[in-house]
Amino acid sequence: MPRRLLQIALVCLLAVTMLGAGTPSTSFDKIGHKLMCQCGCGQILLECNHVGCPVSGPMIDELHTQIATGLPEAGVLNWFIGKYGPIVLAEPIRGGFDNVAWIVPFAALVLATLGVALLIRMWHRRYARMQPAATAPPSDTTTNAMRDRIRRDIDFDS
Amino acid sequence: MPHPMPSFGSFSLLLALVLGAYTFLSGTFALWAISTGRQLAISAEHLRESSRRAGLMSFVAVSCAAFALIWAAFTNDYSVDYILHHTNRALAPAYKFSALWSGQEGSLLLWAWLLAAYGFVLRLRHKVDITLSAYASTILSAIQVFFLLILVFAAPPFAGVPGGVVPADGFGLNPLLQYPEMVIHPPMLYLGYVGFSVPFAFALGALMMRYPGEKWIHITRRWTMVTWLFLTCGICLGMHWAYAVLGWGGYWAWDPVENASFLPWLTGTAFLHSVMMQEKRGMMKGWNVWLIFTTFLLTILGTDLTRSGLVSSVHAFAQSSIGSWFTTFMVIVFVVCLFTFLYQRDHLKAENRLESLVSRESSFLFNNLILLAACFTVLWGTLFPVLSEFVQGSKVTMGPPFFNRVAVPVGLALVFLTGIGPLLSWRSTSLRAIRRNFILPCIAILATAIVLMACGVRPWKDDDSTSSIYALVCFALGAGVITAIFSEFLRGAGVVRTQTGKNLATSIFLLVRRNTRRYGGYFIHFGVIVMFIGLAGSAFNQSKEVEMGFGDSVQLNGYKIVCQSYSQDSNANYDTDFALLDVFHGAKKITQLTPEKRFYTASQQSSTIVAIHSTLAHDLYVVFMGRNPETDRPIIKIILNPLVNWIWIGVGIIIFGTFIALVPPLKPGARRVEATENSPLEAPNPKLEAHPAFAAVDGSSHA
Repeated sequence: MPRRLLQIALVCLLAVTMLGAGTPSTSFDKIGHKLMCQCGCGQILLECNHVGCPVSGPMIDELHTQIATGLPEAGVLNWFIGKYGPIVLAEPIRGGFDNVAWIVPFAALVLATLGVALLIRMWHRRYARMQPAATAPPSDTTTNAMRDRIRRDIDFDS
Repeated sequence: MPHPMPSFGSFSLLLALVLGAYTFLSGTFALWAISTGRQLAISAEHLRESSRRAGLMSFVAVSCAAFALIWAAFTNDYSVDYILHHTNRALAPAYKFSALWSGQEGSLLLWAWLLAAYGFVLRLRHKVDITLSAYASTILSAIQVFFLLILVFAAPPFAGVPGGVVPADGFGLNPLLQYPEMVIHPPMLYLGYVGFSVPFAFALGALMMRYPGEKWIHITRRWTMVTWLFLTCGICLGMHWAYAVLGWGGYWAWDPVENASFLPWLTGTAFLHSVMMQEKRGMMKGWNVWLIFTTFLLTILGTDLTRSGLVSSVHAFAQSSIGSWFTTFMVIVFVVCLFTFLYQRDHLKAENRLESLVSRESSFLFNNLILLAACFTVLWGTLFPVLSEFVQGSKVTMGPPFFNRVAVPVGLALVFLTGIGPLLSWRSTSLRAIRRNFILPCIAILATAIVLMACGVRPWKDDDSTSSIYALVCFALGAGVITAIFSEFLRGAGVVRTQTGKNLATSIFLLVRRNTRRYGGYFIHFGVIVMFIGLAGSAFNQSKEVEMGFGDSVQLNGYKIVCQSYSQDSNANYDTDFALLDVFHGAKKITQLTPEKRFYTASQQSSTIVAIHSTLAHDLYVVFMGRNPETDRPIIKIILNPLVNWIWIGVGIIIFGTFIALVPPLKPGARRVEATENSPLEAPNPKLEAHPAFAAVDGSSHA
């Protein structure tokens, strides 16, 4: 068993290593999609479709040059940040306060979901409390039969 | 001799401001006197009527101002600075007409004009509810006064050229704006933006006067739907324009200005859903009021973002100082809304509580949650650069990768809920009903996923696996939702068929006529899903960029493109450089495409006209990138965009569905007679209709 686990770990490690070893063209494509064209068009560097854009061409040449020097991805990105400022990155990935950009939408969604779930539960409980025992609603079977009959007859439940 | 029209326009704006201010003040005094029972020097009813008439006249005054600006454009009156900067003599008449919304000042005048037009209709139809209409009219006039103040003092459209020297020709319209959609897209968008002022005014007015019941919702339902439709059309026309004109980053680039139009659409959509809970169950009253308040505030924020220079965008107007006007106005509106809400909140207590977790009500709650989460995410992404600059001292970019990663999962959750929601019943859904309604959609989801994977959609093998996963999930969920919608139609038609003995097509027609709102809604959902499928196609784009001489050819995914010729041409407005390309599929020539690049002489700017060959499966999108300076041969970029047509078809279905939802349903009495005549045995059971569940489930009684 430990041997099998070791084998799996090795395979995973190899796969991760292989994934990281990109060819120059894939690095170019990957990094180029993490940068913005600085002509003001607001488009990804490799997708800038401005005809005769005076900025994207030189930037792409710079990207080729940096990749050719053997710099890792982070190094290339840092070089561009150094030259153009953090605005050159297509998304905030520098860590620190940039992480807030990613955390807040998901945190808000999770909190809102919890809030709605709690609200539904609270309403449901309050509704259950409001139902006096003597006038309890018809049994599920009766109600469901009635609803099905209604659906069959009129099919209006909007 | 100076032209009289600019002076006439300026005077009209001033007159409209005076009339607007009078409408607001006299309306406020009249309503105050009516609500408190105080006596004024003249009767409160007379004052209210006087306010209404002044409001009607203000529309005439703003119309005169708009007419004066269009006249100045057509008569090449370059003594007006705005006309000088946005037109020139050679400009086509349609674009001269659209000068009204080509720039900052003109588009604000359009805002004011459309608001006055909406107010005009509201005031003409005041008899629907005189007091509530008076409140809404007064609130609308306050908004009108704000825009007229800007037009008179901060951004006057009739300002003369600096120095008084009138040039012989204008500087022309930005080439990117010289596209047919320029004539229709901005007015549509503005009709949507401005239109939300009406339900906002009704909601605030109803809250101020503690309006009993939900009648204000019935009054504003059609206003809201029509406004929503205009906004939807406006956004989609913008998408098509951005797709067909290079330089705007495709049909959706998550640009701040695009986002600004999307925000009120999201909250407006949430309002259209949750308002049904108030109509049918008397729930979520406070929530609905805030949804419409927020929607209105977001339309103002969108207008602000486009003009203040707060965020950078290719779509934005020139940076100006009017941003502070909008910020002040938003703060005032928010304070008024908050104060009114807090003061009258006891009026908004819910009449019913949630009975079951598995019900239409809870699905609406989650639908609202997802729509607002999407709205918050888009707003957050749009404004984060400003926050980052404030905190870190440096701006960051929130480009498409951020939004695709954060907003797309939320969009997929929305697709999921689009399928689930309509299958649940009001109040409670039985387990049996869940099983019956969900089994087919679930099978469709699984089958689609398996078929797609068998056909080669395997995200784990793709370079961009995230996009492929999203696309696969979107296709599978979309299939499930479409199955659910079709099965609802077929089930309903089956019942009508049994009752009336008509064939399937007639039964579907009758079914839709019986509950236009519900089945119109289904069409809209269907359209949204078709759009999503089209959007998901972008995960499989392919492209090639080649230099092409005479007779050169290039292959892409079964297409062969042959360069027949390339040449140049010119007219009074622009010089053009173009290529003639024959497109073959197999051995058969299917079309000829002419991508071109234009150079506009007046503005000294260039623009690209893309050539597109559209099919249901994909668009062949061909761009003239320019000429190689060494060989003088054109460089052509060919992109294969899968499923793009589905986006526009989806929009068409949404429009169709909205029209259906706007049609009044067949009256219950009429359809019962029809059913009884055709099939007496299937006549409705009076005992059944007396059951409380009937009232809850019979949508037509509330629609």
